[in-house]
Amino acid sequence: MVIPSFRPPSRRALALLCGWFLVGLAGVRAQDIQVPPPPFTEGLFPCTACHDGVNQKVNRTRRELTGMHSDIILKHGPDSRWCLDCHDPLNRDRLHLASGEQIEFTVSYELCGQCHGEKLRDWRAGVHGKRTGSWSGQKQYLLCVNCHNPHTPHFQALKPMPPPLRPEAIRKGGAL
Amino acid sequence: MKKIATLKSRRRFLGGAAATMAGAMATLTGCGRNEVEAFLQHNFRELSKDELRQVIARLEQDAKRKYGKEVRIGTEPAQQGVIFGYALDLSRCIGCRRCVKACVKENNPSRDPQIEWIRVLQLNKDEGVDISHADPYYNPEEVPQEGHFYMPVQCHQCRNAPCTKVCPVGATWQEPDGIVVVDYNWCIGCRYCMAACPYGARRFNWGEPAIPAAEVNPVTHYLGNRPRPKGVVEKCTFCIQRTRKGLYPACVEICPTGSRKFGNLADPKSEIRYILENKRVFIFKEDLNTKPKFFYFYGV
Amino acid sequence: MYSLRALRRFVQDSIGHIFQGNRYYYAWVGFLLVLIAAGAAAYLGQLRDGLIVTHMRDQVSWGFYIGNFTFLVGVAAAAIMLVIPAYVYDWEPIREITILGEVLAISALVMCLCFVMVDIGRPDRFWHIMPLVGRLNFPTSLLAWDVIVLNIYLLLNWFVVTYLLYCGYTKRHYVKAIVLPLVLFSIPMAVSIHSVTAFLFNGLAARPFWNSAILAPRFLASAFCSGPAILLVLLQILRKVTNLKIKDEAIFKVAELMAYTMGFTLFLTMAEVFKEFYSNTEHLVYTKYLWFGLQGHHTLVPYAWGSVACGLAAFLLLLIPRTRHNWVGLNIGCVLIYASVYIEKGMGLIIPGLTPDPLGEIYVYTPSATEILVAAGIFGIGFLVFTLMLKVAVPIMLGELTVTSGQPAPEADPDHLALAKH
Repeated sequence: MVIPSFRPPSRRALALLCGWFLVGLAGVRAQDIQVPPPPFTEGLFPCTACHDGVNQKVNRTRRELTGMHSDIILKHGPDSRWCLDCHDPLNRDRLHLASGEQIEFTVSYELCGQCHGEKLRDWRAGVHGKRTGSWSGQKQYLLCVNCHNPHTPHFQALKPMPPPLRPEAIRKGGAL
Repeated sequence: MKKIATLKSRRRFLGGAAATMAGAMATLTGCGRNEVEAFLQHNFRELSKDELRQVIARLEQDAKRKYGKEVRIGTEPAQQGVIFGYALDLSRCIGCRRCVKACVKENNPSRDPQIEWIRVLQLNKDEGVDISHADPYYNPEEVPQEGHFYMPVQCHQCRNAPCTKVCPVGATWQEPDGIVVVDYNWCIGCRYCMAACPYGARRFNWGEPAIPAAEVNPVTHYLGNRPRPKGVVEKCTFCIQRTRKGLYPACVEICPTGSRKFGNLADPKSEIRYILENKRVFIFKEDLNTKPKFFYFYGV
Repeated sequence: MYSLRALRRFVQDSIGHIFQGNRYYYAWVGFLLVLIAAGAAAYLGQLRDGLIVTHMRDQVSWGFYIGNFTFLVGVAAAAIMLVIPAYVYDWEPIREITILGEVLAISALVMCLCFVMVDIGRPDRFWHIMPLVGRLNFPTSLLAWDVIVLNIYLLLNWFVVTYLLYCGYTKRHYVKAIVLPLVLFSIPMAVSIHSVTAFLFNGLAARPFWNSAILAPRFLASAFCSGPAILLVLLQILRKVTNLKIKDEAIFKVAELMAYTMGFTLFLTMAEVFKEFYSNTEHLVYTKYLWFGLQGHHTLVPYAWGSVACGLAAFLLLLIPRTRHNWVGLNIGCVLIYASVYIEKGMGLIIPGLTPDPLGEIYVYTPSATEILVAAGIFGIGFLVFTLMLKVAVPIMLGELTVTSGQPAPEADPDHLALAKH
């Protein structure tokens, strides 16, 4: 039943092309999908308040953080993964792609999509992630990080809601 | 040669006679006019616009009396060029049952006796979709459990529905947008449709339905989530009261892992078509040729 | 010929005759009325609270009521089994008891209709199923077919019985041109009512246990062996308590036919069981649940084996002439056959068809007290209809109740037994 199909460029694709064009012009990715603001921890952003490059020098050594941010557990991919693989060393208010290009937190999905390309494609099509909005009109999108903690993205188990009553328990005048 | 009265005009005559009888019966039996009109009401598909308006007014009145709430019963028709489709990602469902409870909140089923339209089956990974090993009553501390996967089942709105075939009074049928509906005021409660459904999707109001007034959802549709009476069959209607207004069903919106997808099968650019064309999709009990519009797929 | 006055007297005398009887008669009718009252009380509770007072639930949505309905459709169909030898093979000894078979059919059909009424969730909406007034989903729904054929069959039997009795009452010969075609027509009608009932089960792909091509033949075979059983017992009683003359020959012939049909039933059962166990597909679960139990649930197992044991014993008793022509053997055979088919239609058909449910769940259904009481009440109604009709029919057949009885009359004309001849 899986038929790979060629679909003519949609409006979204055209928007993307314009965005990439703008990148060339401005060096910054345009936000092509309406998403909520990034879910920053209270009081943390802007990061350049501390990481101004003057009072804090950039330390590119891969290490485990012991001072600040030691509360962040990083379990995303191989053990060698560390902060500056995603966070831009020169501008902490931005993330960076593999090419070195800086992107805003508001379009962090571009960064996720570098490795999780299939998920990004599905997400743009509306088939990945929590689905709200209108099937016939405007869909409501979420950022990847709204559901997946970028530091420990593995989905946490949930407590299930109660099971249904067994038929024997359904009696006149109230369940057993 | 005089034209033979058509079935509809014969019914109009009988309807007129019935209306006269209704008045007489109301006076004689001491029953309210409402009860007599309810008794004589015809199948939804045969009501004229006026009759329908009267029926809605009566039903809204009854609901107000029972729950003390202003309940709106809509009759939005199917949109043109729309056929609803649903896809459920078995690789992502974790069996948390939030869909089950969201559906209950949205669709006004009886809380006591309990009715839930969605049933989530816990299955074994090494046996696959083998319902002889299905457990709907799982209740561990957390889900998903190791070695298991989860398969929610609800009405598949089949294109070749066995349930609509067998109804002796035509109380259940498929609407133009593909939703299989039940006219709760026409159903006689014979439960033949329940015997015919291969997915165990239909529920019966064995007792008088009871919903706490505070939990009644006042936005309803005649063929969907309006409060039902005792002794009739009900089931998932793809949230007809929401989807006919362009919204997603409640179960789709609540799912925390994004396992549920919905859309217009007739729209080639819809999510549902994207899934059917790009993902590994399968049909539950495909050999029964029910041609459902509810698909399971493996998205990961 | 058919004066209105004679008709009025016929009705009056019939009703009058119902109230004339000895103490055994009144005791029996009294007992039936008690049963009916108990059933009615239970049913009122069901009307008030809904079907939740039964033990049917979503997982097993049909139960005791539909099981009884299915069995009784078979009994109604089988009454006509007597018609076939009587009229088709022109076998005189059976002719006189044909009318009794039809009375049995009427009583069984009344019970069928009652069982349907008590099973549906909205009996107040019963009119929805009537053509023209309601909306009958004919020809797509098999239940719509069942409504039609059952009612035609009921009307047919009722008309033939009333007509024959009226003729006997007015001491006229019945008009062969009216009766014979109707009686012959009742043969395919009898086959049709039970076939349609079988089709409404076996058309459901969702229930693999029912979705078997031989379900209709099984229904007919088991109906034809069990239906006459009641009649044979009844005929022996009637011979004792009234002047009705029924030849031993007739009874033995019917018993012999019952033996053959029971043999065929057993063969079909075996064929079904073979197919399930040998092919060993996932659909085996239903058959397994019935004969051996599943996941620790063994409720149906004793009934399944009991039914087969009774059937086999009955088959042998009625097949072997020595036991068939022995009154004890014959009657035990009748009771066993009735028990075997009754269990098979209820426990052996409805429940395993629905257990496990389409999502694999096993809910062990057993009838509730309400269901049993209501069913007892309906059987009371059926037996009452049967008794009252016989109370009128037998005297008419014997020529004791005629339009001139009660008036000083000449010696009874031997030709008055119009029913026993052409």
